[in-house]
Amino acid sequence: MLLAAIFSSLLVFIITFALIQSAAPILTSQPLSKLLLTSYWHPTTGDFGFYPFIVGTLFVTGLTIVLAVPVCLLTAIYLAEYAPDKIRGTMKPAIDLLAGIPSVIFGLWGVLFVVPIIRNYVAPLSGTTSTGYSLLAGGVVLSIMVSPIIISISQEVIGTVPFRLREASFALGATKWQTTKHVVLRRALPGIVAAVVLAFSRAFGETMAVLMVVGNVAKVPSTLFDPAYPLPALIANNYGEMLSIPLYGSALMLAALILLAVVALFSVAARIILTKLESRST
Amino acid sequence: MLLSTSIVLGSLLALFAVVILKGAFALSLSMITETPKAGYYLGGGGGILNAIVGSLYLASGATALAFVISIPIALFLNEYAGRSRFASLTRLSLDILWGIPSIVYGAFAFTIMLYLGARASLFWGIITVTLFVFPIMTRAMDEVIATVPLRLKEGSYALGSTRLETALKVVTRQALPGILTAILLAFGRAIGDAASVLFTAGYTDSIPRSLFEPVATLPLAIFFQLSTPTPEVQERAYASGIILLIIVSIASLASRISTRRLMKYVVK
Repeated sequence: MLLAAIFSSLLVFIITFALIQSAAPILTSQPLSKLLLTSYWHPTTGDFGFYPFIVGTLFVTGLTIVLAVPVCLLTAIYLAEYAPDKIRGTMKPAIDLLAGIPSVIFGLWGVLFVVPIIRNYVAPLSGTTSTGYSLLAGGVVLSIMVSPIIISISQEVIGTVPFRLREASFALGATKWQTTKHVVLRRALPGIVAAVVLAFSRAFGETMAVLMVVGNVAKVPSTLFDPAYPLPALIANNYGEMLSIPLYGSALMLAALILLAVVALFSVAARIILTKLESRST
Repeated sequence: MLLSTSIVLGSLLALFAVVILKGAFALSLSMITETPKAGYYLGGGGGILNAIVGSLYLASGATALAFVISIPIALFLNEYAGRSRFASLTRLSLDILWGIPSIVYGAFAFTIMLYLGARASLFWGIITVTLFVFPIMTRAMDEVIATVPLRLKEGSYALGSTRLETALKVVTRQALPGILTAILLAFGRAIGDAASVLFTAGYTDSIPRSLFEPVATLPLAIFFQLSTPTPEVQERAYASGIILLIIVSIASLASRISTRRLMKYVVK
């Protein structure tokens, strides 16, 4: 039993070590700043500028959070504070179902539903043309994918705010919305931030759903309707040529290492926030 | 606020509606009972039995292996380690592992396979998916086992049982619904994930007869069928999507029903 527990702690280090080892060739051949900040991506000539991919990943993830957080936070507040039991009972299995749907199906739905809507309705409305395979498509699909995470954690955290705080607020004459906004949310804020951080790391690393709708063009996207090329999509699309071009495999492993580092950082941050929250409320 | 809730619910319904409507036409008995014939991806006949069986083999193997790793960790964290620094470190590692994207697990397994000179096969697919899925399973089990009331364990110790006996006979019995839910949750994640098996399980048109043959998985089958230029094959991709949705929904439903059934063993 002890062995199994030690195994899980070791595994993080083993994965990090293996990825660093396989990314070592490219890390030693070029300075890190050139790898991360240039945009020239031509593996056959040995130029690996990761900048468009990093920026693309950040934009898609950022857009996801911007789209998802308001809607999901309001839903969580509604479900925790205002909703009648019947609605709460219907939404819970719905959210669980949404959480269990595989990412390929989200990608499929994105290609069938979101991309044509962007191509035929949204882009012309904003005065540009677009194939539909864009940053916006990736953001919309991903925001629906991460919504169960944000909703369920936020709902739980809002539910743990002690009732006496609400009672005190009502006693002072506040309305229900004022209480929710000024008292409950302020108390639940760390938990909600942790939920958002977890959603960010999930969206950051999501592969299949994104690569099917985001266009996969290695250029820094300049508008919402431009295609982008996030890091996970880069790895997934090019693993076939990994071994034939020198340093290409190493470059893709570097991409995986960057993903690992960012996600680990965010996971640790979320855990710290949640622990502080737990120790404060006990 | 009501609008936000309806947006979320509406997206779920839209998702199911679009996939089912588009795929229902191509769904036929031959899809689920035949393996692909020659020229399948260009419009030939056959079905995706290779992917269905392959996915079930892979996901079941991975879930079983992950269970063997997860249960000791979850029991250890709750019975033996308690509030110690080691337990916090393990929980932190599990959190990090939980958040690592599946493609990083695929890339990691691929480097190991390159180092060992191994080829893509069912075996490596199972290993990769196990690594991806066991943090999810362990965390779910950990949360459930932590809710076992102290008085049950105290009663067991008072009767003279060891920590191991208590853990295996009393705690697991009480936490059984939650453990089963964790297993089925992990199964659902395992069968639906494409990025981890992309490099490691390969792809084939036949059903593997040994652990070291490549295996086809449903998510990859959907992806490859969608990428062909032939519209009939793309329709089959939607139908395969329905099949995957059905399998995942069955797992979800099974977990709900079995939880309710097993509640009779749970002490309130």
